[in-house]
Amino acid sequence: MNAPDNKRRALLAAAGVGAVAIAPGILLVRASVAEEAGTRLASSKVRWGMLIDSTKCSSDCQECVIACNKENGIVEDVADPRQRSQWIRKIDLVEKRTGRQHSLPMMCQHCANPPCVDVCPTGASMKRADGIVLVDRHICIGCRYCMMACPYKARSFVHEPLTTQNPEVPRGVGCVEACTFCVQRVDRGQNPACMEACPQGAILFGDLNDESSELVKRLKEVASTQVRADLKLDTGVRYQGI
Amino acid sequence: MSRISTFLATLALALPLFSAAHAEVPKPAITIENPGTQCVAPPEEMRRNHMEMLKHQRIRTLRLGERGAKVSLNGCIECHASKATGAVTGSRDNFCETCHSYAAVKLDCWDCHQPKAGYKATGAMPAGEHQ
Repeated sequence: MNAPDNKRRALLAAAGVGAVAIAPGILLVRASVAEEAGTRLASSKVRWGMLIDSTKCSSDCQECVIACNKENGIVEDVADPRQRSQWIRKIDLVEKRTGRQHSLPMMCQHCANPPCVDVCPTGASMKRADGIVLVDRHICIGCRYCMMACPYKARSFVHEPLTTQNPEVPRGVGCVEACTFCVQRVDRGQNPACMEACPQGAILFGDLNDESSELVKRLKEVASTQVRADLKLDTGVRYQGI
Repeated sequence: MSRISTFLATLALALPLFSAAHAEVPKPAITIENPGTQCVAPPEEMRRNHMEMLKHQRIRTLRLGERGAKVSLNGCIECHASKATGAVTGSRDNFCETCHSYAAVKLDCWDCHQPKAGYKATGAMPAGEHQ
């Protein structure tokens, strides 16, 4: 055995110190760019989530869907209605035994352990530090493995060329897409469009890590459910009354 | 008969050679349609490096959430969208396409990003656009 090369170790240690000293500088620059624009960076201290109260949600109301389509530039009339993008959709549920009916909006659940990210062959399907699951369309090849993997059928594929995108929400042919929690609004400190639009106030968005947030307070008070909790995906979207 | 057709075929193949001198690809016509403030970098640097700038920024915006950086596709449109079509692409006279078609480099930014100016407010479309 050779004696440990202490000189080399010291050099590596010095390099390590240097890296630590440089890293906060880089982060500072990035943070200031975002701050100047009045936005915030994705931070791992935050985990964005949602509580949806399905007892307040009525089956004939589509306000959240309409608001989502408007915010994200989703056009309804595509040649084949089966190819229509659905970032959020309304589902009516009937309990067979009792006949109880209720309705709820279903969308990307922003899982902590997202299967869509696991299966993506290119790394396009990704989760930001703050828990928002997105598709990087720059490297999405449109293979649609993520659509197969998602237990919530939350993702859509764009079949036809688009022309009416919102400048803040680029989306285009050949890529998979889904609910982004309106990431462009969240970065500006606003709430998702569906929450703002819900006439019943059934949708509550917030930081699951912030003990003082309205969302966490409500989650402590009421019984909430994760859809397919058995899959242990730790969804960011939780439902009340299902 | 076959001699005549061979002669005609040879002539047809040779024709482009005679006319080649007259069929040059037109040089890019670069016009700044809506001159605003200074671009984010001098023209020489923009011509060489705009793709690298955009590539680095797209990763930071999408993955880190860094918005409002000086390099921005929406920023490009503000100065460079054509007055005639309102877009930076779609015709050989438009800013992006004039060089890209000259250099035969495929331009796919605008397959997803909105190439038209006027789509400013969130979800709002310019007057007269199809909703």
